[in-house]
Amino acid sequence: MPRDQSIKSVLIIGSGPIIIGQACEFDYAGTQAARSLREEGIKVYLINSNPATIMTDPMMADKVYLLPLTAESIEQILEENQIDAVLPTMGGQTALNLAKEAEDLGIWEKYNVRLIGVDIKAIDKAEDREKFRQWMIQMGVPVATAKTANSYLEGKEFAQEIGFPLVIRPSFTLGGTGGGFVHGKEDLDEALNRGLQASPIHEVLVEKAVLGWKEFELELLRDSNDNVVIICAVENFDPMGVHTGDSITVAPAMTLSDTAYQLMRNTAIRMMRDLGNFAGGCNVQFALNPDTEEIIAIEINPRVSRSSALASKATGYPIAKIAAKLAIGYFLDELKNQITKTTSAYFEPALDYVIVKIPRWNFDKFKGADDTLGLQMKSVGEVMAIGRSFTEAVQKACQSLENNAVGLGYYGKSLMHAEELLEYIKIPKWDRIFRIKDALMAGISVGTISKATNGIDRWFLYEIQKICTMEKELSKYKLESLPMDLLQDAKRMGFSDEQICRIMNDGTEDSLYEKRKAAGIKRVFKMVDTCAAEFEAKTPYFYSTFESSGVSESKVSDRKKIIVLGSGPNRIGQGIEFDYCCVHGLLAIKEAGYEAIMVNCNPETVSTDFDIADKLYFEPVYWEHLWEIVEHEKPEGVIVQLGGQTALKLAERLHNKGIKIIGTSFDSMDIAEDRGRFSDMLKELNIPYPNYGTAHSVDEAIEVANRVLYPVLVRPSYVLGGQRMRIVINDEDVEKAVVSLLKHLPGNKILIDHFLDRCQEAEIDAIFDGDTFHVMGVMEHIEPAGIHSGDSNAVLPAFNLTPLIVTTMEHYAEKIARALNIKGLINIQFAIKDGKVYVIEANPRASRTTPFIAKAYQIPYLNIATKIMIGGHKLTDFKYEKKLKGFAIKEPVFSFNKFPGVNKELGPEMKSTGEAIRFIKDLRDPYFRQLYKDRSMYLSK
Amino acid sequence: MANSNSQHSAILVLADGSVHHGKSFGFIGTTTGEICFNTGMTGYQEVFTDPSYYGQVLIMNNVHIGNYGVKDTDIESSTVKIRGLIGRNLEELYSRKTANGALDTYLKTNKIVAIECIDTRALVEHVRKNGAMNCIISSELLDVEELKKQLAAVPSMDGLELGSVVSTVHAYEAGNPDAEIRIAVMDYGIKKHIIDCMVERGAYVKIYPAKTSLAELKQFNPDGYFISNGPGDPAAMPYAVETVKGILNEEKPLFGICLGHQLLALANGVITFKMHHGHRGLNHPVKNLITGRCEITTQNHGFGIDPASVKKAEHIEVTHVNLNDDSIEGIRIKGKSAFSVQYHPESTPGPHDSRYLFDEFIAFIRTEKK
Repeated sequence: MPRDQSIKSVLIIGSGPIIIGQACEFDYAGTQAARSLREEGIKVYLINSNPATIMTDPMMADKVYLLPLTAESIEQILEENQIDAVLPTMGGQTALNLAKEAEDLGIWEKYNVRLIGVDIKAIDKAEDREKFRQWMIQMGVPVATAKTANSYLEGKEFAQEIGFPLVIRPSFTLGGTGGGFVHGKEDLDEALNRGLQASPIHEVLVEKAVLGWKEFELELLRDSNDNVVIICAVENFDPMGVHTGDSITVAPAMTLSDTAYQLMRNTAIRMMRDLGNFAGGCNVQFALNPDTEEIIAIEINPRVSRSSALASKATGYPIAKIAAKLAIGYFLDELKNQITKTTSAYFEPALDYVIVKIPRWNFDKFKGADDTLGLQMKSVGEVMAIGRSFTEAVQKACQSLENNAVGLGYYGKSLMHAEELLEYIKIPKWDRIFRIKDALMAGISVGTISKATNGIDRWFLYEIQKICTMEKELSKYKLESLPMDLLQDAKRMGFSDEQICRIMNDGTEDSLYEKRKAAGIKRVFKMVDTCAAEFEAKTPYFYSTFESSGVSESKVSDRKKIIVLGSGPNRIGQGIEFDYCCVHGLLAIKEAGYEAIMVNCNPETVSTDFDIADKLYFEPVYWEHLWEIVEHEKPEGVIVQLGGQTALKLAERLHNKGIKIIGTSFDSMDIAEDRGRFSDMLKELNIPYPNYGTAHSVDEAIEVANRVLYPVLVRPSYVLGGQRMRIVINDEDVEKAVVSLLKHLPGNKILIDHFLDRCQEAEIDAIFDGDTFHVMGVMEHIEPAGIHSGDSNAVLPAFNLTPLIVTTMEHYAEKIARALNIKGLINIQFAIKDGKVYVIEANPRASRTTPFIAKAYQIPYLNIATKIMIGGHKLTDFKYEKKLKGFAIKEPVFSFNKFPGVNKELGPEMKSTGEAIRFIKDLRDPYFRQLYKDRSMYLSK
Repeated sequence: MANSNSQHSAILVLADGSVHHGKSFGFIGTTTGEICFNTGMTGYQEVFTDPSYYGQVLIMNNVHIGNYGVKDTDIESSTVKIRGLIGRNLEELYSRKTANGALDTYLKTNKIVAIECIDTRALVEHVRKNGAMNCIISSELLDVEELKKQLAAVPSMDGLELGSVVSTVHAYEAGNPDAEIRIAVMDYGIKKHIIDCMVERGAYVKIYPAKTSLAELKQFNPDGYFISNGPGDPAAMPYAVETVKGILNEEKPLFGICLGHQLLALANGVITFKMHHGHRGLNHPVKNLITGRCEITTQNHGFGIDPASVKKAEHIEVTHVNLNDDSIEGIRIKGKSAFSVQYHPESTPGPHDSRYLFDEFIAFIRTEKK
């Protein structure tokens, strides 16, 4: 059936602020859906409270509502517009819950709005644990033994009946919130109570734990004619027991026979066809008993998800884009494969590579958090790597993680003993795969490890063992003696040059690279084409690998090119806002007439969609990979201002290799980043700054602290989001803080600033083109200093600072921008005490608040800034009509509920995972007044 | 990848002169055949034992093959039918608990020469652009010129009759002899699961050698006839076309798969042709024109039936088409309960979307019996 012509306007519900379990994958989905619907001439309305998203950009929809995700907001939108249908399957659990709430309130009916993609009955069937179970039993699909409890007593009774180990799963929660394993009687009470409390309807499922079974996910699409395709089968490296968002996952499924796979496929299709009214993307999870190959259904999600974003990037098949078209009536066979453009969208992608996803955790931000992985998701981001073998992909994924890993393995760190390791890997933690590799290196057998880990499939362990065997072989050589065929094999297994040097304890990354380049061992670039080369595809989506054939599919054009570096995995302090910046950067580069090339490894992002850049390299934002792309493409230059600290820190090496940094030069960036050079500059410019000093030892630190006067702020240099930053008030605490810092970051230079107690904080984002200085926005923090800027409520424009202070800030900002010779973006943080303005720091790049300001004022600042960086445009070429009436507040959003028992106090170290925007007319706004009243409540000691 | 240190070198040479160096796997020796590729991500063992692959040297696009070993029941015939195997990473070690052995041992036992560490993606593209051609793999003889000489002596698949080579020598039965329904099966290289699909649906089947006469088939007193899949060029099998013509005159239900589909077409005056590089995989989209529903199908064919020629044949109705290239995937003979599909509804390996065709076949038989 072609498109349903009665649908002329659609409301898409977004997923709101980023929290653990619901991140920028829904921006990716919503953005694709909006583009897909507008392609059909449908008017798209969008609601989302998250200002850092691309989907809420004016270019994405006909009308964007940056409003809280509440039934009231929905009603307001329907009141103001004629809307035919609502698409609730793109915004995660939040959107589904909101759609359900609006349904319960009769809002859809009142405004005559149709729910498309899914109906409420289908949502209930899938989301309500008990209904799901009953439904499965009815269909004859096996499920784990379980019972639904609505009270503590009931739960206890069922637990006795079912027996341990068991699982508590709260109904209607996100990312497994409140769920957990119960291994014995002693843990039951707490787990039951937590689960019941977490569930909005006070309901939990008490379920038999299927520990040791393997876990799989299928990503499917179904149209209203009951056609179903499986886009991707994903296998979890971690067996049942670890939330799939916290599991290392692999596609295609590596250890499934056809018999086992078809059983899963058939079951999933039956489930989808029986779901009720549904047209779109769906995810089904199964557990498989490795002894008997029987399967049980775990859950079904009748919407696009984190996994579907991953599956889209893993296969090239744009699931959300097609899902949106199915929601408006199209059948799959009426649509084209978006990659080949000639073949049908009704097909199942074939892969001729392996993808590995590794989650990224931020436990360092949540002191005291239980870092054991379980049913409740705890990671804040993820990386995906593509290789032509599992070994290559897994090592590339490690190189993408940005935790200093040079591959799969610890180098130069003290290793645990074999017995310790064997104990350690029994409990799933973020570094388990690294420890498994250590255990294999220590000679522990694959069988023993598989048992200890409760069933990690031996095949994966054999593959990791190959890495170990190779490592042992490499360690016999030095740079001079290293045989080239061995090096070729090592590179095919994903070993980085740096890693090989560390293993050999000889040579440098550069010297090894030059050596292998001379021997012809270079990366080739292969295409992600959905069809394993069966058909010709022209989509410029590439990954690197090593092949003796030397056949590379990434043809270099004769156009002038600019590379944009992405920001790697999302984490606290560096998230979706940089994806927003990269997308706009890419579009601006295209508009400026250059070929835009994107490099990033984060599968949740819009900037790694295959049709945003002219060319996409899905690669680690890691020197070695970047450098071979640069050598291959020979760009005019590289933009590092849009990819956060990750991109910025690669500037130096690029600069040293003679590659042009587009916009602000490397030297200027270095001044801003180097505390000593920066303070010297401020001194010269006659700009006040808090007294500071640097130290490398406890004694030095105490000396500096006494010189700059207490209280002092102690922190390591070159870190993200105020990591390990502490405010201390005496010598004893300084000692403690410094000892802890040196332990975790040995050799790091420690910065000690005088802390301006109870001062006011504010920041400016600005653009400078060499002549003109433009202040994008002045934001005043509601909370006093001491809370990280990312965790503060910030008001745009300033609401309480005097005009004189604002002018002084702007004046200082301009002086700094001129002195640093900024070309592009700069963010400057200020402290104001007793009427005096101090500069705390400057970031010569896009900041967390850049998207917020662009949204609040409705000015395409990222586009303008990118064009200034490239040159050829001046600030005077653009118009600036700031459209904000009243004020915009940036509110931090936290995910503390994932870490019960963690101190929720805020401090100089950033802890929020996301943000929302809220517009207020004036300062009499009750929401604002409450915030203002409570402004000192969050201060930590 | 198997352990790189203990491996021998191996060489692959294509008929167009291109040479690829890799590492040996499986049996040490030399093998020749027509190169083709399969994009499936599961079911390698079923593919290797599928008689339709007889005479083919197979590239597996999926980069890891062998991960779950081999199992006695995951077969489509009793021996490995491919002539050689080309892979990126062929795995010695496997994890499946119900498996009976490793792929490497299996290939050695079956004397199948394989080569790995090949840029299979580049090779597949080469075949896609230049078409199917003969090739030679050797892990014992590493002299390219000598290999080229041996390769030159290999006959082309075009015009090659292979159905009778892989067919059963003696007729045999499967299923319950007391079953209501009896089906005579022409074996030109039948896959085991096709027989299973009929038996599971309550049929008693007798499988006959390729050159069995119609008179002999009739002695079984069949209620329906099945024409199997198989390797080689259908146009080189006039004997089989005659058999199918004879069966059609019997006015009993007839179902053909793959080669069987091509033979049914030939028997109705439609011509066949050798495809550029064939369809081989588990993800081919087919639309059923009668129901409007779509199915993901398993395919393995290097020949097809000519669309222009089908158009001219007024007594043939096209029932299924390929959504990727519009090729004809299913036909029905008007006025008869004879139908066939180009793809493999029994799958194994592959999606079970099309197994309803066996239900339809059985239903036809039941109706006609009444």
